Formats: sequence, structure tokens, C-alpha cells
Amino acid sequence: MKRRTLLTAATASVLALGLAAPSFAADKVKVGFIYVGPKNDGGWSQHHHEAAEEMAAHFGDAVEIVVQESVPEGADSERVLTQMALSGADLIFTTSFGYMDPTVNVAAKFPNVKFEHATGYKTAPNLGVYSARFYEGRAVQGYLAGKMTKSNKVGYIASFPIPEVIRGINSAYIYAKKVNPDVEFNVVWAYTWFDPAKESDAAQALIDQGADVILQHTDSTAPQAAAQKAGNVYTFGQAADMAEYGPMPRISSIIDVWAPYYIERVQAVMDGTWETDNTWDGIGAGMVGIGEISSAVPADIKAEAEALRDSIAAGEYHPFTGPLNKQDGSVWLADGEVADDGTLAGMNFYVEGLSGDIPQ
Amino acid sequence: MDFGSINPVVLLASLMVASTPILLAALGEMVVEKSGVLNLGVEGMMITGAVCGFIVAVESGSPTLGFIAAALGGMALSMVFALLTQVFLTTQVPAGLALTLMGVGLASLLGQNYQGLKPPPVTDLNIPGLDHIPVIGPILFQHDMIVYVSLLSIAGVWAFLKYSRAGLILRAVGENHSAAHALGYPVRMVRIVAIGFGGAMAGLGGAYISLIRVPQWTDGITAGYGWIALAIVVFASWKAWRILIGAYLFGGITVLQLNLQAAGAKVPVELLSMSPFLATIVVLVVISARRHGASNAPAMLGRIFHASH
Repeated sequence: MKRRTLLTAATASVLALGLAAPSFAADKVKVGFIYVGPKNDGGWSQHHHEAAEEMAAHFGDAVEIVVQESVPEGADSERVLTQMALSGADLIFTTSFGYMDPTVNVAAKFPNVKFEHATGYKTAPNLGVYSARFYEGRAVQGYLAGKMTKSNKVGYIASFPIPEVIRGINSAYIYAKKVNPDVEFNVVWAYTWFDPAKESDAAQALIDQGADVILQHTDSTAPQAAAQKAGNVYTFGQAADMAEYGPMPRISSIIDVWAPYYIERVQAVMDGTWETDNTWDGIGAGMVGIGEISSAVPADIKAEAEALRDSIAAGEYHPFTGPLNKQDGSVWLADGEVADDGTLAGMNFYVEGLSGDIPQ
Repeated sequence: MDFGSINPVVLLASLMVASTPILLAALGEMVVEKSGVLNLGVEGMMITGAVCGFIVAVESGSPTLGFIAAALGGMALSMVFALLTQVFLTTQVPAGLALTLMGVGLASLLGQNYQGLKPPPVTDLNIPGLDHIPVIGPILFQHDMIVYVSLLSIAGVWAFLKYSRAGLILRAVGENHSAAHALGYPVRMVRIVAIGFGGAMAGLGGAYISLIRVPQWTDGITAGYGWIALAIVVFASWKAWRILIGAYLFGGITVLQLNLQAAGAKVPVELLSMSPFLATIVVLVVISARRHGASNAPAMLGRIFHASH
């Protein structure tokens, strides 16, 4: 029976080591981040990464960050998350919509690890969600697009047909239409968050079709490059300022500001006060920034766009305020009525005036 | 379907740009296959060319130097394949597949610090006098240098294979390497040179994507174009001018489907996105079903040559 005794002893010591290990590491919080694109994509993922580094700098030695970039959405991300949780991460931020179900699955397997999923809607006791009200920024972009277009054709490079993206299209369209009744939106679905070649082709096709303003819900700067080459086309930075393409073609941008949120949540983990949450902040709370409106925009239009931005920031005005109809003509919001967060979070319809169907 | 709002002139002009990378890579691969070697590493050589070209263009500020570096980069990688298959006599299919895997990984490593950067712009080279001809001018004569190079190289390869003695030797090596060897032709050397040419063309095609078409560097930027190029060689039945048709067909449908989407055609987006690949498969099937279609392949394609046999 000696062998069995030995085995038991070995198992016991391994267990003891395993249990003891966290107490050694407990003083240093390990925070994981996974990105859908490379961490220097010039857009969405880069901004998450910069916020992660800002958070790490804020806490200094108290925090260790682990980063995995270019993780495909789907099964691969589940493996990466499991690996991160196994290697001792205390808190993991998953920064793309498509990580939603993988995050839910992994969170269920590791109840002691905390998860935060960006732009999703599924929560659990150890899984919180956070997103920004990008549609507030889209309203400002739509306003500028409607004012700046000469061909009255606005191109929109959409990524995936999910509520987040549809909200953006609707919001931009409503404001473009408000200031320019003749405006027309052409939407191209790229089915990717980050693929410079596809994004560039999509931008080129829209420009070929006569669009002179391009909005993008994809993360690379390739559409900006295509617009720059074409000459008289205006674009907006997405997720990052993309200021290197200003003052033309980039005339403004939506900037994501994640660092304060990351700092707050990591602090909560340190203090032991972390609880699942559902954060959805906009311009007012500072999670969405509007990039400098460039000199290519006339001063009066710039002032009006900034006034719109400020009234949204102050909470005086909601970008989805009635009267608004759905695409089929049925009434969505009555005069003066404001959209509730539930409808916005699950938005799966176009507003009246947009042409084409949302792919199912 | 509503084609009304699509301007055919603009469409044809952007078709030429979209097709150029495939055209270059497919033309290079055709010459390789004509010499009896099947190199499945086109994708790997393309992406290596894409990253080499991008790095050199960014560092030197000169797109021309970038393209030269891309051709050299693609050629350098193809020499790995030449070493494996011509010196060590390994089987060509796995060696080619390995080349693709290696090229993709190598490119990703080299390009790590170059993501999100802007390469120096490539200016269009309008042909004076011809670029203002209505319709034909914008389609044919308002492009960048590489588009013209690609068209000239189609003609060059065609003439080389058909009229030159060196071209005849290359074809002889591809049709019957033992006979060519018996006649005293350096089979191995001919094949190594052909492989190098294929690598340079693939590298050039890759750099066209990263320096002109997108222009940006990111992992996996060639997005499977190397595989399409391989299919187009079969599609073209190993004839240079048919490569042109094949590449423009694929590029044309790629551009057309985006334009249809942008113009608001009532066709499901998913169907449009897969249409270039569907078309390639359908055409391949049609070609292979014809009696003499696939039999036009070089007889020694993929066979190992050993001087003692």
C-alpha cells in the first residue's frame, strides 16, 4: 500500500500548493483583456488597449495586465478565455460583441473570476456588461453628414447586423435627414469588425456609387485612406480619433473613453466590492467623446453640431425623440416621446426613410 | 436587379485595380506550373511580399523600392521551396502547403510594428494623350504603374512561352523532364528559375494589396487571394491571356457585388458576398468537365525529377 500512500501524499501536497498559490499572488490583481483586432489597429482595439495601459499605470505595481490580441469571435475566444482564467486572472475584460456567449460559458465555469463584456447584454453574478452610447455620437455625425454632403448620398460601412450597429445607422440617418431632407443612405454590410482590405473595397464601392460622406462601424483606417485617395469625400474616425487623416477626409470622430471605467472596476475588485453591473454611459458621463471637428467644416455648421453634442451631453435632449416611425411606416415614438433603453438595446429595425433590409 | 445606378466605366476601372494582385500571382504560378512544378505556397509568398514591400516603402518613403523589396521577398521565400523540392527532392504538395503556413507566420512576425501605419501614397500614372479618351481613357489609362506592369507581363509571358527558345525549353521541362534532361537541358536550374519568377510575381501581387489597394498592413491581409490565384491557373488552362480573363472575372464579381450592395439591390447580402467564390467554383467545374480542359496541364506537373531515372 506504500504506492497508494505516496500518491495520496503527493495529491495532498499538490492540492495544498494549489490552494496556497492564490494567497501569494493575492496582493497583485491580474487583469486580462482580449481584443478582436490587433492592439495597434488604429481604432477600437487600440483604444481598449490604451485604456488598459492607462489603468495599469494608474495602479502601478498593484496590477498586472495580460493581453491577447486578434482573437477571433466564437470558439477560439472561449479557449483563450479559459486559458486566461486558468492562469490566474482575477478580472477579464472581453472587448467585442461576438465574445458574448463564450464569456457567458467561461464565466459559468469560473465563478471566482470576474468578467466584464463590452457591448453585450447577458449578465451573471460574476459577469458584468459595459458599453457606451455611441448612438449619441452618431447623431452628431449624421448631422454633419447631412450638412456636408453635396451628392446627398451618404455611405455607411456596417459591420454585423446587431442592435449596436443598427442603432448607429438609425441615429445618424435621423439627423442627416433632419438637416437635409434629400439625403439618402447606402449601407454595405462588411461582416467584419476589422479587415482593412474589405473595408477599403466597401468604401471604394460606396464612393463609386456617388457617396461623398462615408460613415464606418468597422475599426480600421482603411476607409479613411480610400476617401483620401478619392479626394472630395468626408469621413469620421471610429472608436479612435484617427486624427492623422484630418482635416480631410476625417472631419470628426467618435472616441471611446474606457480608462475611467477600467480603473473604477479594478479598484472594486481590489476593495472586494465588485458586483455585476450593466453600465451604459454616453457623452455626458464622458464615455463617448466627439473628436475635434476639423477646419474642413464651415464654422456655423461646426457650432450647430457642437450645440447638438452639448445638449445631448447635458441630458436635455435624447437622440431618439419622437415623432419617429419604423421603416414600414408604423408609429414607433409619438411626438415628444423618448425611446426606452430596453428597445434601444434590442433594436432590430430601421427607422422610416432608410431603404434596404437588415440582413437576418 | 437594378444596374441603373451603377456606372459601368467606374466599375470597369475599379475592377482592374481589384484584379491586379490575383493576376500577378496567377501569372507567376502559371510559369512555375509550366515548368512542371506545383507550388501551393502562393498565399505565403504573396503575404511575405506584402509585408516586405510595406516595411521598405514605409521606411524608405518610396513605393517603387517597396515593390522591388516585395518581389525580392517573395523570391527569397520561394527559394526555400526550391531548395526543398529541387535539391532535397521532397514532395511538392506538402512543401507548398508548408511554405504558405511559414509565409503567413513570418509575415505576421515581421509586420508586428507596422500595423496601422500609413504607407507613402502611390500616384496614378495617367498616360498622356490617351487618358482623356471618353470611356476607354478612365478604364484603361488612368491607373498606377503596377496595373500597366501586370498587363505588359501578361503579353511578355505569352510571347516568352510561345516564341522564345528559353520558353520552349521551359515547356519541354514541364512536359517531359527525362527527355529534356537527355537533350542536355538543365532541368533543375530551369525549375529553380521558374520558381523564383513565381515567387517574385506573387510578392508583387501581395505588395499591390498592402501598398495600393488597401493600403495598410495587417495580419492575413491577402485573405486567401493566393488560393484563388491557384484556381485561376487551372481555370486558364495554363494560357497567359486566359489568366487575364480569369482574374478580371473574379475581381469583377468582387467589385460588382459590393457595388450592388451599395446601390441597394434586393439580393441577400450573404449571397452577394460569396458570389466571387461561387463563380470561381462553377467556372472550374465547367472547364474541367470539358473534354480537353484539364488535360492541358503540363504532363510533369508535381512529379519529382531525379537525374538517374
